[in-house]
Amino acid sequence: MEEIKPFFCELYGNPSSMHTFGGQVGIRIRRAREQVAALLGCEAGEVIFTGCGTESDNNAINGTLVSLPNRRKIITSRVEHPAVLAVCREWANHGYTVVETGVDKHGRLDMNQLEDELNEDTAIVSIMYANNETGTIFPIEKIAQMVKDKGAVFHTDAVQAVGKIPMNLSRSNIDLLSISGHKLHAPKGIGVLYVRKGTRLAPFMLGGHQEGGRRAGTENVPGIVGLGKACELAAQNINDEDTRVMQLRDRLENGILKSCPDCLVNGDKEHRLPNTSNISFEFIEGESILLMLDKYGICASSGSACTSGSLEPSHVLRAMGVPFTAAHGSIRYSLSRYNTQEEVDYTIDKMPGIVSRLRELSPFIAK
Amino acid sequence: MWEYTDKVRDHFFNPRNVGEVENPDGTGEVGSLACGDALKLTFKLDENGRIKEARFKTFGCASAIASSSVLTEIIKGMTIEEAAKVTNKDIADYLGGLPEQKMHCSVMGREALEAAIENYRTGGKVKHELEGKVVCICFGVTENEIERVIKENNLTSVEEVTNYCKAGGGCGGCKGEIEKIIQRIQGAKIKTSAVPRKAGKLTNIQKIQLIQQTINEQIRPALRADGGDIELIDVDGNKVIVALRGMCAQCKMAGVTMKDVVEARLREFVSSELIVEEAKESA
Repeated sequence: MEEIKPFFCELYGNPSSMHTFGGQVGIRIRRAREQVAALLGCEAGEVIFTGCGTESDNNAINGTLVSLPNRRKIITSRVEHPAVLAVCREWANHGYTVVETGVDKHGRLDMNQLEDELNEDTAIVSIMYANNETGTIFPIEKIAQMVKDKGAVFHTDAVQAVGKIPMNLSRSNIDLLSISGHKLHAPKGIGVLYVRKGTRLAPFMLGGHQEGGRRAGTENVPGIVGLGKACELAAQNINDEDTRVMQLRDRLENGILKSCPDCLVNGDKEHRLPNTSNISFEFIEGESILLMLDKYGICASSGSACTSGSLEPSHVLRAMGVPFTAAHGSIRYSLSRYNTQEEVDYTIDKMPGIVSRLRELSPFIAK
Repeated sequence: MWEYTDKVRDHFFNPRNVGEVENPDGTGEVGSLACGDALKLTFKLDENGRIKEARFKTFGCASAIASSSVLTEIIKGMTIEEAAKVTNKDIADYLGGLPEQKMHCSVMGREALEAAIENYRTGGKVKHELEGKVVCICFGVTENEIERVIKENNLTSVEEVTNYCKAGGGCGGCKGEIEKIIQRIQGAKIKTSAVPRKAGKLTNIQKIQLIQQTINEQIRPALRADGGDIELIDVDGNKVIVALRGMCAQCKMAGVTMKDVVEARLREFVSSELIVEEAKESA
């Protein structure tokens, strides 16, 4: 916050302007770009600042398809974020072949299907680095190599993974990678699209020279500076994620499983982000659990239908074949390095009461 | 985060009349685990034929639980005749309103009440059964039910119907049909329809575009619901060549899907002369 404040109060110059006032801001944007590049292990010139993760995803897919008009196939997965799925499905309406690869009951990608579908007609493969609902990590480097061998472009939505698992893009075959600022404790309304040098990508926004002509529009300066700082902090603390945060997550998960009957963990326990735990509580509904948690000051999210206002539960859990009964009662707990053991223990303490209270109300449990 | 009224929050955190009445005079069960909410309502009458005790058990979100709780409060002391007149609007009003997308929770309350009354009137023999043609297969909503929510709440769009009774909220394949029901009931009041209008004389390019649009909006969503997909390969005069993908490709019912879904919809929305054929080999 202290890093960002001056850009609202004193340093409000436009970085595109010639005067010193703007120049001071331009320097800070350059520094932020370097901070992001350091976390990703890439060059500063490969970082484009965007408005959000969704914009990065849209730009990656649309920009690639426009640049490769002769290839007419898109491969993605059934468990992608809507920012990717909706874009791909829209292209299906324009005559593109869109393949959505499936996942098994642990949320692991069907690599055989991916390999079978990948061919010379494929323009882009877009597979997320790690799933946002279950935390399951996909074998991204392996996929990137397969895609490269066919001459297609590989995009990965890494919104959930960046800052939680170490990356070195200079030694990777990933062509395009999306980041969202607020998942890294940066402000909302800022994202990044990494574009590997030499990747052809038609710009999404036109009408200005900003970001080297690859993303026109006046920069969100406080957002960019905040994201730069967040990346620097994430890089410093990345070892913490794999140790302390993971221990907290495991403590929470085991604590809940031990104290609440009839619940199960969704996702691949082995290949999973260190901060995510997705648990289904049978016979009760997610939104009710969230509201009860909220009353105790605990924030979580749910794959239940009612939470989102749609009528069907999470597309991710359904793709995994999780029964509707469990999907409606799924809760995702996301931890960060700012959480403490006291908070985890507090949650473990409150959970059984909430679950048994709601189960008392449920018609699916005999008295 | 939903914006719930204090009344909703109160009835969610402190639900009244939870449980089941012993030896009830009427029992109503609606919804299911798969649908995301379910309600079991039981009541007992006193010697004057008034509802003496009413209890509920609900699986669902906060608004479903709150709707059930107030339902039991509303009907207490009522005669069966009075209770039969309770509408979903009464429940929602009692709660000081519900978010639009949650109105179906109040409808579920009314449905359970209706089922319980029917159960009472038939001496506990008949369990509630769906009447009329099922329009929305995903959530098992009948034509009668859709007509009723449209009339009782003066609904004029498919989106509203989905909010009130869930119909159309799954694969979306029945949206065209819901649109027609609304049109029939509301007549001139309805906003212009999103369904492509049937064409008179089309140029070739218009016809192809309309076929593509109909596939995108009317056919693909229904197939997707079963894990399938469809691709338009070519149009040759009145011959439409398509390929079925995903689960549809291996499905034994593919022939039926072609005739009853793809061809029927295309004939309805584009031209009655169309013939649909499946591509010989996948492209």
